[in-house]
Amino acid sequence: MTPRESPLEELRRHDVRAIVMGGSAGGIDALRVLLPLLPATLDVPVLVVLHVAADTTHAWASVFPQCRLPIREAEDKQIAEPGSVTIAPPAYHLLVDDGSRLALSIDEPVNLSRPSIDVLFESAAWAYRDHLLAVLLSGANADGAAGLAAVVRAGGLAWVQSPETALMPVMPRAGLHAAPPARAMTLAQMVEALQTWQTRERYARGS
Amino acid sequence: MTKEQELFEVEIDLFLEALYRGYRHDFRHYTRPTLRRRLTQALGAFGCESLSVLQHRVLRDATLLASVLSFLTVQVSDLFRDPAFYKELRAVVVPVLRTYPSLKVWVAGCSTGEEAYSLAILLEEEGLLQRTILYATDVSSEALRAAELGVYKIERAKEFSRNYERAGGHRALSDYYTAAYDGIVLDRRLRANIVFSDHSLATDSVFAEVHLVTCRNVLIYFDVSLRDRAVGLFRESLVRKGFLALGAKESLSTSVHAGSFTEVDRANRIYERL
Repeated sequence: MTPRESPLEELRRHDVRAIVMGGSAGGIDALRVLLPLLPATLDVPVLVVLHVAADTTHAWASVFPQCRLPIREAEDKQIAEPGSVTIAPPAYHLLVDDGSRLALSIDEPVNLSRPSIDVLFESAAWAYRDHLLAVLLSGANADGAAGLAAVVRAGGLAWVQSPETALMPVMPRAGLHAAPPARAMTLAQMVEALQTWQTRERYARGS
Repeated sequence: MTKEQELFEVEIDLFLEALYRGYRHDFRHYTRPTLRRRLTQALGAFGCESLSVLQHRVLRDATLLASVLSFLTVQVSDLFRDPAFYKELRAVVVPVLRTYPSLKVWVAGCSTGEEAYSLAILLEEEGLLQRTILYATDVSSEALRAAELGVYKIERAKEFSRNYERAGGHRALSDYYTAAYDGIVLDRRLRANIVFSDHSLATDSVFAEVHLVTCRNVLIYFDVSLRDRAVGLFRESLVRKGFLALGAKESLSTSVHAGSFTEVDRANRIYERL
């Protein structure tokens, strides 16, 4: 049996063109670790769904002050720029289409959640197919599991915060259960792979 | 793309074409990611294994049309949804509206009527309702029927009241409805100045000159070309210095018509026609 590729090798082979992330309870804590450590050279869009109360008004950049990439809340029909972090607005689903064009919806909550991680992940799976990396973080419910399965079915990569390192293990466990090819990783392992991937890609292109 | 996904894309195109050719309902330029979700849900609800099967059925049985449309036009709203918007409307737009001897307002994509009634209440409290005609339009005749009834589930009353208070309402929202069984029935006199009618932003044209257009969380379901068609209709319909109000996360910044409007209130997405 040949050993499984490393996360880094997979990122390169899949030519990842977008990253989607989702989390609920404890997800914001995970992102406070993850986002500031994303390389400033990252040249793919990062789309994020966090479960927050409908009437939350967040200046997201102040929630993640250390992040080196520009952070903004999604606005309908914008293009998600490479090297930026886009967060779903409270009370709206965030979806994405080919060409990284964002779409919002106020359709019914999914898994009692709006925004729903499933909705973002499933739309991104359609848009990016095997060029997508989906990251499921801490949470106390199963939103995101079906989305992660859709990502894997479409040929994309799935990473899950290892349940034993997540504040709330329910969401990571549900993700691993629904999408068995998903990798359980610590935040540090995710960061290492993403940093090395971007640095080497840059280096290889001579920039 | 897997074979299944490829087929689904083909079937979506054919299905939308069938609705258009068969019934003149045009969803061909609705935004794709949301269409995929909604049509997947419709398949489950109808117990159809593919959109081709559902297409076959709906083309031959017009009685299915209404429920198919209900999947494509799902829209949820509340009375005074986004209270800050109504507050700003009172503060910034109403003083200008007051200067006109008679007023026309277009609620585009009114769904089951929540926004139209919210505006009627606001205009009533500002003493403007009697000189106003509110055109409330939608593509769904089922939604329009519900809108005309003005009956909402009693569980929603609490949220409606909370919104109304935060929107700067002058009285108690219960002054405008009577509770009956498990519903609240909005006051008839609110309806007297509202004209509910069938209108498609995709296929119909301008029908009146208006002073205010509200179209909130409708354009999010359109692709860029259809959004621009709709905004073009609003532009033609509005008087000079008339107002356009969009949903809280919508913007004209990516529209070809951006140059015809100026931003009055960024946070609440209120624009003025130049």
